[in-house]
Amino acid sequence: METFLTYTVLGIVAGAIYAITATGLVVTYTTTGVFNFAHGAVAMFCAFSYWQLNQQWGWPVWLCLLIVLFGEVPLLALYVEEVYMKRLFGASVVRSLMVTLGLLLILVGGAQALWNGTVQRSLPGYFSNDTVTIFQVVINYHQIITVVIAVLVAVGLRVYFRRFRSGIAMRAVVDDPELLSLSGSSPRNTSRLGWFIGFFLAALAGILIAPQLSVSGLDVNLLTLLVVNGYAAAILGRLRNLPWTFAGGMILGLSENYAAGYLPGHISANLANQIGLLFPVVFLFVALLLLPSARLRAIGRMVVAVPPKIPNLVQSVRSAAVFIVIMWIVAMVISSSIIGSVTQGLALGVVGLSLVLLIGYAGYVSLCQLTFMGIGAYVMSQVAHGGATWWGLILAVVVCGAVGALVALPTLRLQGLYLALATLAFAQAAYYGFFTNISYIPEGGAMAVGRLSIPGISTSGDKAYLVFVAVIFALCAIGILAIRRSRWGRKLVALNDSPAAFATLGMNAAISKMIVFAVAAAIAGVGGVLYAGQPLAISANDVQMFASLEIVLFVTIFGIRTISGALLGGLAAALLPLASSHLPWWGVGITGIAAGVGISLMAAHPDGVVPIPWINEHLRIPGLAIPLRKKESIDVVA
Amino acid sequence: MSLREQTGARLNLEGISVNFGGVAALSNIHLEVFDGQVTGLIGPNGAGKTTMFNVISGLQKPDRGSVALGDKNVTRFGPARRARLGLARTFQRLELFGSLSSRENVEVALETKHGGGDLTAEGLLHRVGVTSDPDRQVSTLPTGEARLVELARALAINPKLICLDEPCSGLDDSETRLLGELLRELASEGRGVLIVEHDMDLVLRICDRIYVLDFGEIIAVGTPEEIRNDPVVQSAYLGTVAPEESAER
Repeated sequence: METFLTYTVLGIVAGAIYAITATGLVVTYTTTGVFNFAHGAVAMFCAFSYWQLNQQWGWPVWLCLLIVLFGEVPLLALYVEEVYMKRLFGASVVRSLMVTLGLLLILVGGAQALWNGTVQRSLPGYFSNDTVTIFQVVINYHQIITVVIAVLVAVGLRVYFRRFRSGIAMRAVVDDPELLSLSGSSPRNTSRLGWFIGFFLAALAGILIAPQLSVSGLDVNLLTLLVVNGYAAAILGRLRNLPWTFAGGMILGLSENYAAGYLPGHISANLANQIGLLFPVVFLFVALLLLPSARLRAIGRMVVAVPPKIPNLVQSVRSAAVFIVIMWIVAMVISSSIIGSVTQGLALGVVGLSLVLLIGYAGYVSLCQLTFMGIGAYVMSQVAHGGATWWGLILAVVVCGAVGALVALPTLRLQGLYLALATLAFAQAAYYGFFTNISYIPEGGAMAVGRLSIPGISTSGDKAYLVFVAVIFALCAIGILAIRRSRWGRKLVALNDSPAAFATLGMNAAISKMIVFAVAAAIAGVGGVLYAGQPLAISANDVQMFASLEIVLFVTIFGIRTISGALLGGLAAALLPLASSHLPWWGVGITGIAAGVGISLMAAHPDGVVPIPWINEHLRIPGLAIPLRKKESIDVVA
Repeated sequence: MSLREQTGARLNLEGISVNFGGVAALSNIHLEVFDGQVTGLIGPNGAGKTTMFNVISGLQKPDRGSVALGDKNVTRFGPARRARLGLARTFQRLELFGSLSSRENVEVALETKHGGGDLTAEGLLHRVGVTSDPDRQVSTLPTGEARLVELARALAINPKLICLDEPCSGLDDSETRLLGELLRELASEGRGVLIVEHDMDLVLRICDRIYVLDFGEIIAVGTPEEIRNDPVVQSAYLGTVAPEESAER
């Protein structure tokens, strides 16, 4: 009984933090219509700021809280509203999602640049040494404070949204900002307030949860992801209902602790730890599956951007040949210290091509493409016993395609944001349950993978392998463009442009969705085999969630509907880490910051940097650009 | 006996009610559309016309009541299944595939399994009166022309019943007249046509039967002549059109 009570108390405390963070997420979503993927990163950044003031500089607690909660938080909220939201009014879910993912990477990269990751830090709880005993369970004051704050937040917000004019306005702003402005309230101010409350609660959650990391110390990634766990509670509240969100937080906290507490005694500590990490992710996935089917809505918003011109087969093949020749010249002249990164950049470009198909054409955001990349490499590693065979590649394609279809299967009913969250949950589940699981991948994490080659032509040299990867990229690019020109490609674009019209013409979106997920996963698997072939191995680090986000953002920055976007996005994702490795410790986050800043600059240009008119007019590369009619965008490679 | 056998209607709405929060958008609606007839649905803005179209096409689930297409009760069917049973619609706020050209918009519909046999995109675009380049991206078309492309796309699935939500907005007088002729032609081919439109001249000229909707309720049903002379309709909707004046037209 005492054990049960202990886990109950721990569960309530964890649940209280989840409830606070999830409530913040819901408030932002209901008032701005934007699901803030950076919520966890805001919590992390504010917790680090608090540590800096309180622990490093020794400032009193009250002053630190005042500065973080009422100084830093409003500034962050203002920054988000002024820099991002202005340009996102009426934007698609995909665009607003990308922008908050960018903010997440800026904050993570910024924290890595400000606080050296090699230094151990910890934050003490409030009055943690003072305890009370209730039902034989010892509870410290920090835990009590956490629960009390959660209850105050829940009650306070309920009253605020029902009784106060600005609270009622916040509920109305998403539904009809114009109508709200007619009633005398400013939608912009209301939206600012929504961001402030959301960030305030994120910061509060971060500061309250940080002391629990006394063993590992404050860690940028861990702290961000801990708060991400709160997403599941928000989904249980369907991103609208605050009482259900609070209940979701409590259910998550309690079940997580009971699961950890009542695990069979014989399982290893490592496995128990993994189950603990997996639990919130699985919870999120299940919560998403419990959501009712999204109702198709006629949105009445027509795509206005001129889509990139789709080259015909002859143009594609010609451009691909030119591209291969250029890559051959690059391989000859490039320094040996950079050649590996360029090759991996091309392999990531193949993953980028899968994103062009999935996000660019079909409009489905996947945040788990690097997971498929890892699965492809894993299959090759197993089939070819650390080498590489064409048979292994075929199997990698088949397995990745099948897993892709399986991921899509339970999420067929989901759209936009929820689908992105489901893929995020899958990426995390695969990371904790598979790639870092010593039962599948030996400790040390690396899987040996060889290099594919063509009979009679060795690819053991780095130069030859670069050209080989370039050839595969070019073939995949020709294939992607062929898909786009096909009937199925047209159907995908139609589905993206108007799901309601698509359905009212009698077409089945579910089948199209499953097939496109499978094909994209298979292409990402090919990218994985090629990627791992360069260093002859792949590790869990290569497929972690943040890396997946970076590749999505880079391809979006350079043009999510273009082959050149995939190529340049892949190269940026591979070359920036190389650049950061030559910098001191503060350069470690440069890739994420570049992705985040890039996407925020591109917020007003849904088609990425390459197709914007200025680039079209000033940066025509002879022999590479397709001849265009006025105002059309270029597709540099093929 | 099936509903179709009972009424002979291509579309039959029985006691449809839809509530949004506490507001009744539609209350106990009964409506029939017959093959070979143009049926009009008129009413002031906010009367619930588009909500009714959404209920008919399966985009909005009714809180009460049933929808029958021919002899099939389709209340629980999604929009795709209803389309495969021969229902097509257009939207008040355009729902074209904006990244595609006019031709591709129609081709996507033609390429469905139930798409219109030997029809061609060019033929359909020509039939509805699209005069612009068929390879032009539809999001760059003027509204009137874009509406016609949407109509051509709806016709591409060779529907037995076609529901048009304000098809004339954005069209000039001569285009509106031609569209009216086309709708009569579609009806003469044996299709059922349901049209929501604010152009009363057109509605009174081409419809066989008109339903008047106000605050989510049907306040009158009848022939154009009956509707024109209905005092309730005049006070609720046609207030500015004097009966004598209308009769002269």
